[in-house]
Formats: sequence, structure tokens, C-alpha cells
Amino acid sequence: MNAHAPDPIAIDVGEVLQRSVTSLYSSLVTRPTGRAVRMAIETQLQGAGTLSISLIDFSEVGIIDFSCADEVVAKLLQQYLADEARDAFFVFRGVREPHHSQVEGVLQRQDLAAVVEVAPEQFTLVGTFSDGEKRVWDRLELEGSVEAGAVERIAPGGDDEEALESLLSRGLAFRSPQSGRVHALSRLVAHLM
Amino acid sequence: MLFDARHLRWVDPNGMVALLLAGSLAGESSGTFPHIELPESQDVLGYLGRMGFHDRAHQVFEFDTPARRAGSRPSDVLLEITAIDTNHDVHEIVDRVQARAGAILTSKLGYPAASVIPFSVMLSEVCQNIIEHADGPGWVAAQAYNWAKRLGRFVIVISVMDRGRGFRGSLSDEHSARYGDRWSDSTALEAAFLHGLTRFADPGRGQGLQQIRKQVRKWSGLISVRSGTARISQVPEWDDSPPMVDGMAPLPGAQIGIILPATVQP
Repeated sequence: MNAHAPDPIAIDVGEVLQRSVTSLYSSLVTRPTGRAVRMAIETQLQGAGTLSISLIDFSEVGIIDFSCADEVVAKLLQQYLADEARDAFFVFRGVREPHHSQVEGVLQRQDLAAVVEVAPEQFTLVGTFSDGEKRVWDRLELEGSVEAGAVERIAPGGDDEEALESLLSRGLAFRSPQSGRVHALSRLVAHLM
Repeated sequence: MLFDARHLRWVDPNGMVALLLAGSLAGESSGTFPHIELPESQDVLGYLGRMGFHDRAHQVFEFDTPARRAGSRPSDVLLEITAIDTNHDVHEIVDRVQARAGAILTSKLGYPAASVIPFSVMLSEVCQNIIEHADGPGWVAAQAYNWAKRLGRFVIVISVMDRGRGFRGSLSDEHSARYGDRWSDSTALEAAFLHGLTRFADPGRGQGLQQIRKQVRKWSGLISVRSGTARISQVPEWDDSPPMVDGMAPLPGAQIGIILPATVQP
């Protein structure tokens, strides 16, 4: 896909739910169910190495409640943000209107944010973020990626530079360790969609 | 001990679930199932049967099972009285309600078709409250009624009760010291209901009730939580209940009641 970015991994949450909990359950509800699904996702990511980008797909999930959203989205993000040894980036797909307030609620409660596909090929930031972060993220999303020497196209001022660094440290944008090129996460998983 | 329900003329989910709770506590203290005399009214008796009361009551009361009426009408029940002991029960409730709630929410309450999802999420969270915090068994039931006289609209009534340790019992170890002498059933309810405190250190916990309140407010509904000697409510404009009542008769465990009214056409 990109010589300086890891190959993304696609994880279908609906399929993980069926496989890891029980094929009788069609809804992503209750905390133990969410925990089991998160652990199955983590197991899948263990083979991905120290740098990974994952597309977590909720398209086949009928209902997700707040307890499950906390386990599958918020705790997954928290865990990898706190992990010094591994860099993991996530894009959440199929977070349609019925799932949106649950995902947004659990992210906001813990001051987290995530890149989320809300309609086909339409991505947005969900959770807690500053105006500056949103502004820079929107420009990056429009550009797709920018060279290391051209980041002023998305972050022209001092405040915007800070916002870009914050997006990178919060796992909301990816900077190639080799080239320094900054990528929108949505573009890195585009070929999986 | 005898529970005399012969002259009962009407009962809603709160009443049915409360009867089960009272019977179960009476049985526990006496060591034998109390006896219940079922309502003489065939309408009430038939309704209790459709709500699954008889099936659940056999685990609590001693009584003669009434004969099923031939040709009884198909069930119009939103959610029969269902025992909640495990997370599997919550999955079953969510699946069952999804299949039935859509038509009632749209035709009787005028909610959009997509509201079946937040409704199911709300039910899931309120039932998990029993498993996660009560540490004891509980029941849930829901039904739609025409509150013609009281409100002039249809409503959905959801009742959840448990015989667990109550909100004060659940929160005491972690939070009572901070409140000192002020710690009581009412401050415990305020802590959980208004501030989202839980006994867990995990910051992701405690949002269930907060999110339920938010959704109930969006639908202009009423939610109240009674535990111990206190009851706290989030009161919509159509009701005049006080937001906090203290000094009530002690209720072991907790009762969560939700009333969702039909939308008002402009």
C-alpha cells in the first residue's frame, strides 16, 4: 500500500462477536460481551508487530450499547495510547447514526477521540478535540497526506503546529518514521473498504 | 403469610414487579413461599398471564395456577416480566424487545422508526445496572398504556427492580467517607444518578445511568430511582413529582421506573 506505512488490518466486529462470544448473540450489548470482543481484537493485533493500523468495522453490528462501546472503542484506544512499546492506529468503520451517540459518549467521557466513518467514504473526528485539532485534521483529511517539508499546508501557524503534534500523539494522524510524511488515517485504510 | 390480590382492578409493570419483590422478601424471612390470592377480575388475571406474572410468581409464591382461557387474544405485551440474573438474560431481552418495540414506538408514541435502537440500548443499560451494581436478582417488565385521563397520550412504562444491596450499599465502601455524616440513601442516589459515581475505579464505568437520563430527557420522559428510604427523579414538564423524596418506607435493593410519553403533535 505505502512503502512508509504499515499494511492495515481489517477487523469485522460483527464476525468477531459471532466467533468470540456466541453465535446466538446478534447485539453488541453488556460489558462482558464487549470485553470478550476487545480481547479477540487484541489477540488479532498481537501478530501485527510494533506498528499497526487497523480498520475496526461495525457495519454488521445491529446494536451497540454504552458498556460495549466503552470496552470495544474507548478501552481499546486507551490501552494502545498508554503502550510505550507499540504504536497502534485505529479507524472505526460503519459507525452509523444508531451507533454514533454511544461511541461519542464513551469517548467524550474519557477525553478520547477517534477517526470514524459515519457514511460511505465520509470520515470525521468523534469524541473530545480542540478547534485547532479539528481544523488541522480536516485539512489533512482533504489532502490525504503531506510531505515532511510541506506540513505548513495543513498547519501553517504555531497553534496549528501544536494541534498537528497533538493529533499525532493521540493516534489521530500518522507520521511515517522513515519519510516524515503525514498521512490521514482514512487514506491508509482506503483500499480495505 | 397471605398476599390478598383478589380485589385488584388494575396493575402495571411497577405493581407486578413490586409484588414479586415483596413476595420474595417475605419468603426469605419466613423460610416458606407466601400464598397469593390472585385477582378475581378475569381481565386483570388474563393480563397478568400475558405479562408472564404467573410463570415468574411460581418461583416466589404458592398459588393455584389459573386455567388458561381458550382463544385468548395474541399477546400485545412489549416485554413480559423477565428475571435478570446474568448477562445472557440482557441479550435475550434486547433481542426480544427489538422485534416488538418498533411498531409500538412508532404507532403509539409517534417516535421515529430508528428509535428502537436507543430504546433497546436504554433497556440494556438499565438491566445491566442490576447485574453490575446490585449483586442480586431482579426483574424487568415494560408495557404501553393509553394514559387518556392522566396525560391524554400513550406512554410506555418500564419497571426494573432488584433485591440487591441498593445504591447506598453499592457505593458505601468507595464514597461514604467523602460525605461523612451526610452519607445516606439520598446522597448515594444523588452521587450515582446526578454525578455518575460507581464503586469501580474504572472511569468508563457509571455512564449507564447518565446516558439513560439523557435519552429519557430527549423523549420528554420521567425517570425515577428508589432505593432504601429515598427516591430521586428527573421530572419532565408534564409531571409534578418532587425531584427528591426522603424518609420513604425502606425498599431493599432498587427500583428504576421510566415513563416515555407519546410525542405531542404541533
